[in-house]
Amino acid sequence: MSAPVRIALLACGAEYSGVMPEIYEAARQVEAEVFYPDVTLADVRAAGRGFGLDVHSADLKLMIARAEALVEGRTEADAVFIATCFRCAEAAIVRNELRRYIHEGSRLPVVSYSFTERTTAGTLLTRMEALVTIARRRALLARERQEGITLGLDSGSATTKAIIMKDNEVIGTGWRPTTQVQQSADDVIALALEESGIRRSEIEATGVTGYGRFLLGNSIGADLIQEELTVNSKGAVYLADRQHGFATVIDIGGMDNKAITVQDGIPGVFTMGGICAGASGRFLEMTAKRLGVDITELGPLAMKGMGQNVPMNSYCIVFGTQSLVNALAAGNTPEDVAAAACHSVAEQVYEQQLQEVDIREPVIMVGGTSLITGLVHAMGELLQTEVVVPRHSQFIGAVGSALLASGFIRKG
Amino acid sequence: MAKVFIYPGTSLILSDLVSRFGHRPLGSALSVREKVQTAGLDSPPLQITPEDPKKGLRFAAVEVPSGVRGRMSLHGPQIEEAEAGIIILDADLAFGCMGCARTNELVRFLLHQRDIPILELTYPRSDEEGIRFVAAIRDFLSALAGGAAA
Repeated sequence: MSAPVRIALLACGAEYSGVMPEIYEAARQVEAEVFYPDVTLADVRAAGRGFGLDVHSADLKLMIARAEALVEGRTEADAVFIATCFRCAEAAIVRNELRRYIHEGSRLPVVSYSFTERTTAGTLLTRMEALVTIARRRALLARERQEGITLGLDSGSATTKAIIMKDNEVIGTGWRPTTQVQQSADDVIALALEESGIRRSEIEATGVTGYGRFLLGNSIGADLIQEELTVNSKGAVYLADRQHGFATVIDIGGMDNKAITVQDGIPGVFTMGGICAGASGRFLEMTAKRLGVDITELGPLAMKGMGQNVPMNSYCIVFGTQSLVNALAAGNTPEDVAAAACHSVAEQVYEQQLQEVDIREPVIMVGGTSLITGLVHAMGELLQTEVVVPRHSQFIGAVGSALLASGFIRKG
Repeated sequence: MAKVFIYPGTSLILSDLVSRFGHRPLGSALSVREKVQTAGLDSPPLQITPEDPKKGLRFAAVEVPSGVRGRMSLHGPQIEEAEAGIIILDADLAFGCMGCARTNELVRFLLHQRDIPILELTYPRSDEEGIRFVAAIRDFLSALAGGAAA
């Protein structure tokens, strides 16, 4: 058994919020151990002077001292988890600056999270798993070509996708809304097999990602079961042919959103949000339904509209829907409303998540929502850059899984 | 004997001084000890569970961060119980510290809201200041009802 991945915990308020057992449990589930970097009182007193941020809370000074110990190599770790209280302004500043400091000053993968007393191990699991994957599977993540015949499966909250790849080409695809996790997976695998003309027995390796990865991974005997943060990053830079250098991957999903700064295909800083569905693909689905159009028609409709004509704030899906209803009742055109909805979702992701990662060009949008042209356009306007949407972007998790799974093909 | 809330709550020196003068110090050592000695809980390191920030709602509203409310679930009842308080401002970390600046502000505010004797001193930075500092605490504690001579 390999040594557990050691995750350095930089936290303020976690012990007093009752979430420490949840943090330990999430780490245990991914065979990692969480530890506090050792520092001296002198280090804590000096913290802030060197770092340049003079905070008042002693626990935040302690966080800074611990981060300095990691970056200066006085404490060894494989990854860093930064956790502070949700709604604490002082902690939010420290959290953001430490994440940047560690990212720029070390090779350690880092993820941050703002918790409440309701935070559970389940919420933290994907983030912890991503840290462990990056720390433990760097060699696998370095893979740039797909080889042999592999199946990639992405069991998402809204849709299930399958991809069959052969010799670095996508030869079969399957897509279905997620209902019964297993049944949806069986359906999309059948679709992908049919399109590719491949028999199931010919598949040499299988990779699974997404919310249903553990259930499906065990039931189909997958070679690779991996969280979507690293898989989607890899899939995105692979499809966009940006495997070297920096990139930013944005995936606005059905239930949560991911923003990932990638270097050479490996995530450095990432956030995964999902506090309110108002900033997710769900809101756009609701918008399409309310406008009486298919979700595939929402993007082109939005491109014809002027979003600034309609006040809309989808921070909360309930209030967002209210804005939608009010806008239509006020006589706004469906085109303008569609554009406003796209702009609102893009703005929420921009304000809530993209501030937490370093935006590096190219910006690659993936996932089903990347096909909504109005949303991609709105994001590009906010970021003042051209957003790249690669072919097969809606199958991103499945492509990433199929690509990485080829590392498990046993050479006969 | 008076129950004296000490700030910073982790200060062993303050706690010791209060005890020497025959009073009962109310600080973190006491409240955390009660938590960690509670049988049947498994929430290391402080045995604080997600229920504790909810208990802290008595002292801070729901929009206040959970870490502040969790801390207030420890300090709040002691502030209510206190018959006197000693507050040391700008204390050195080695003297004692409370980790969250927002909690500290609230603790000091709630103490001042109580109609009880409060001694508020700035942490000494020289020997002379140190002598005056200890003397002020001695005088304050001696004047409290039920105290003992050191």
